[in-house]
Amino acid sequence: EDISTIVMTSPSVALSSYRDQHFRGSRHLQERKLLTSCTLYVGNVSFYTTEEQLYELFGRAGDVKRIVMGLDKQRKTPCGFIFVEYFCREDAESCMRYLNGTRLDDRIIRCDWDAGFVEGRQYGRGKTGGQVRDEYRTDYDPGRGGYGKIVAQKTVLPQA
Amino acid sequence: MSRRKFDEMSDYDSSRDRKRRRTDAVEIEDRLESLIIRVGEKSTSSLESNLEGLASVLEADINNYKSKILKILSDCAVTMPEKTTIYTTLVGLLNAKNYNFGGEFVDMMAKKLKEALKACMWRTARYVLRFFSDMVNCHVISTNSLLQLLHTLLDTARDDNSPQVRSDAYVYAVLSCLPWVGRELYEKKEQDLERLLKHIEIYIRKRTRKHVPGLRVWRSDRPHPQEEYLDCLWAQICKLRADMWQEKHIARPYVAFDSILCEALQHNIPPLTVPPHHPDNTYTFPWVVFRLFDYTDCPEGPVLPGAHSIERYLIEEHLHNILREHHTERKQCAAVLLDFPLKHKIPLEYMIVEVVLAELFHLPTPKYLEICFGSLLIELCKLQPATMPQVLAQAVELLYDRIDTMNVCCHDRFVSWFSYHLSNFQFKWSWDDWLDAAQLDPMHPRAKFIIEVLQRSMRLSYHQRIAEVVPEQFDCFVPAKPEHIFKYGAETAPEMEGGEVAQRLEACIRAKGNPTEVLQILRELPNPLRDGTEDEPSFNPLQVQIFTQVLLHLGSKSFSHSFAGITKFLKTSQNSCHPQLFEVLVGPNEEAQMVLLREMYEVWAKHQQMLVMLTDKLLRSHIASCATVANWIFSKEMQHDFTRSYIWEILHGTIRKMNKHVARLQKEVNEARERHSGRDSDDSSSDEEDSRPRPTEEEIERMEEKLEAVQADQKNLFLIIFQRFIMILSEHLVRCDTDGRDFNTHWYRWTIGRLQEIFMLHNTQVERYSQTLSTLLFTQDLDPHILDAFNQFVALRS
Repeated sequence: EDISTIVMTSPSVALSSYRDQHFRGSRHLQERKLLTSCTLYVGNVSFYTTEEQLYELFGRAGDVKRIVMGLDKQRKTPCGFIFVEYFCREDAESCMRYLNGTRLDDRIIRCDWDAGFVEGRQYGRGKTGGQVRDEYRTDYDPGRGGYGKIVAQKTVLPQA
Repeated sequence: MSRRKFDEMSDYDSSRDRKRRRTDAVEIEDRLESLIIRVGEKSTSSLESNLEGLASVLEADINNYKSKILKILSDCAVTMPEKTTIYTTLVGLLNAKNYNFGGEFVDMMAKKLKEALKACMWRTARYVLRFFSDMVNCHVISTNSLLQLLHTLLDTARDDNSPQVRSDAYVYAVLSCLPWVGRELYEKKEQDLERLLKHIEIYIRKRTRKHVPGLRVWRSDRPHPQEEYLDCLWAQICKLRADMWQEKHIARPYVAFDSILCEALQHNIPPLTVPPHHPDNTYTFPWVVFRLFDYTDCPEGPVLPGAHSIERYLIEEHLHNILREHHTERKQCAAVLLDFPLKHKIPLEYMIVEVVLAELFHLPTPKYLEICFGSLLIELCKLQPATMPQVLAQAVELLYDRIDTMNVCCHDRFVSWFSYHLSNFQFKWSWDDWLDAAQLDPMHPRAKFIIEVLQRSMRLSYHQRIAEVVPEQFDCFVPAKPEHIFKYGAETAPEMEGGEVAQRLEACIRAKGNPTEVLQILRELPNPLRDGTEDEPSFNPLQVQIFTQVLLHLGSKSFSHSFAGITKFLKTSQNSCHPQLFEVLVGPNEEAQMVLLREMYEVWAKHQQMLVMLTDKLLRSHIASCATVANWIFSKEMQHDFTRSYIWEILHGTIRKMNKHVARLQKEVNEARERHSGRDSDDSSSDEEDSRPRPTEEEIERMEEKLEAVQADQKNLFLIIFQRFIMILSEHLVRCDTDGRDFNTHWYRWTIGRLQEIFMLHNTQVERYSQTLSTLLFTQDLDPHILDAFNQFVALRS
């Protein structure tokens, strides 16, 4: 099946427009992997969401092979995204169909296809160690460390 | 040229090629298909003028595109049953203009019916039959030939050599087309109709209903009777008959064209021979109609059609069909449900909720993932925030009120769904309405419901949240804080046997000691099984206990930590020079595995989810066998938690793993056989699959041996489980009898319910061993209460 057919017939399992810029390989290879992957990226997760909560929720779509928590590169603490890997594609699709856009820890989570977990991808790519989006956002989000990093730095009182 | 650019260009070229290859004919065919498929959808013109226009267009193209038009129409007849009358009208108009076309269409549909019956596609057959019936209304088919067909189908009811579910399928098909053609038959062939109904009545009377108790969501018929599906439809048809076959639900566009249609010549349906029963045939399982609401539950507004009104049947069928078609796209599904035609004439939200819950609680198993219904209901709440949440809340209240007699499988699903639903609404609920539950025995279904909901809610959030969200009267229901207990901590270790060794073991593993070093420390422990004789005990329970305790303690931070800890001592390519610790300490020894499981329970008794995850990990790592886990579940040590849901989560997970293993091996064997024989014909396909070396006869034999061995394990697992059930239930019944007590305790209801659950959830696999079970375990001398569970399962297919 090609991508445009999927968008028309099963929009909830279609690929998004996001492509990991760090992916090693051609666009074509990346898309092929995305179309057959059993791994999902999940974003907008709270920093405080535990592995237990994740297994409980994502286990409802099928048997979970593993969960990798996204970590702040410097602090090695959760920074609000995860990878969920299922044993089969069908279960990962169920996750896209039924869990994407619903709530976990009171937050609407966003699931998207991932080409597959590779060591190193569990770290945030923002300058201060977390996710890039947390560098630039301007709202106050208590589940994701409060203000965005740049905003937070600006409000630090100048030294005497 | 860079590789990326080349790829893009070749995509562009092939699409141009595709366009060049398209002929006008294909474009016309596509347009015809689109016109036919979309007729009846929202339009600026009236349906009548659209039908008239379409009939003219098709008639003009009949000569050139006849087979395509026939195919599209016959497909639409079957895939869009809610538009039956639209398509029959269209066919009627075409038949009036072109008699031969009408005849060819009838022949095509007859062929479709025959194929559907042969392939056991009962729903398709039902819709073809319905289409035939409605074609009588459009003067395409003669009444006599329809009656003949209906009688032919009903004759299967006389066949005593085939299972009841077979004749049920035929009788159900006949009954379900009467709403369309009943009136016409009543007006023109009243006696024939009465004779037909008499035949059906006799059949309905003599049917057995052994399957019914196991398929009811509630044991009680209060406040609403839970009727078997065929009984319910029969009652609905009887009521329709009492109303002179006047029904107001089905739209009949052909009425407007009566003057044209009645001029047409009618066809006869070619005679049909019903395909005989074959042991490989599959039939639809019977079901019990789920009734939650009646008209008193709905507020002022459109009235809910009564349980025996034909409207209720027709609307529910349509709603179920919408779910079937759209359940994989929840946003679409919710939108289509809420856009139901005639939605202003019915309390739509109530009917939707009842149908969705009917599917969630469907026995033996729901048709789709439970989460499908959960997310759909949330989507519906999103689209109708003013009404949906309230209707759902009302439904929950009613379910809670009637939970006393709810089937155990359904109770579990209710818990699972409700906790998930609450997690999307901050666990806000009118808990105060349920305070009376705090006075009840914790094994009472209501108390248990709240206990398990809070447990699952905790898993979706965290302990403190749940403890705070419920009223203080529910403190007795709040789960324990999910912490672990380590026997060999600094304070307690010195008093324990082997405590000092345990502490050194902990330090060693913390310091990343290798398996050889770890084993060395463990070897210092005495073996309590040594009885002074020469015999070497088969394992050392003290070693297993301490190793398990320390390992799980070190991994207590999270699931990942525990899994990593276990994986470290499994055989891998990295540590192959070291002993595989689980192999050495435990191995295939079932007693040793039991010690491990028991110790795991000692450590994590308060964290049910961890127990589920760890058992899963132990099974996947082949440290514990499925049979051992089953025996552990039924052991004395687990009696305290025996009725807790997580125990059954573990057991069903164990059975499922075994089933998946068998299925996987079966698939490999089938594929290997295919590749083996496929290569004989030397097809020159460039399929990637065929590039693998063709499997030898030897390899296939080995695979089949492996499959047989695992199937033997599967059979053994079911035997163990059923045997243990029979033992504990018989024991209970005998003890109550001697003590003069009533056996019908909460424990008894939960346990017999869990036995039924095994039959329901795994009915396909258990079916394979049905003979063995009836010979070895479920024999006639067994207590009838226990035997009933087996008989109800057998009745699903008989």
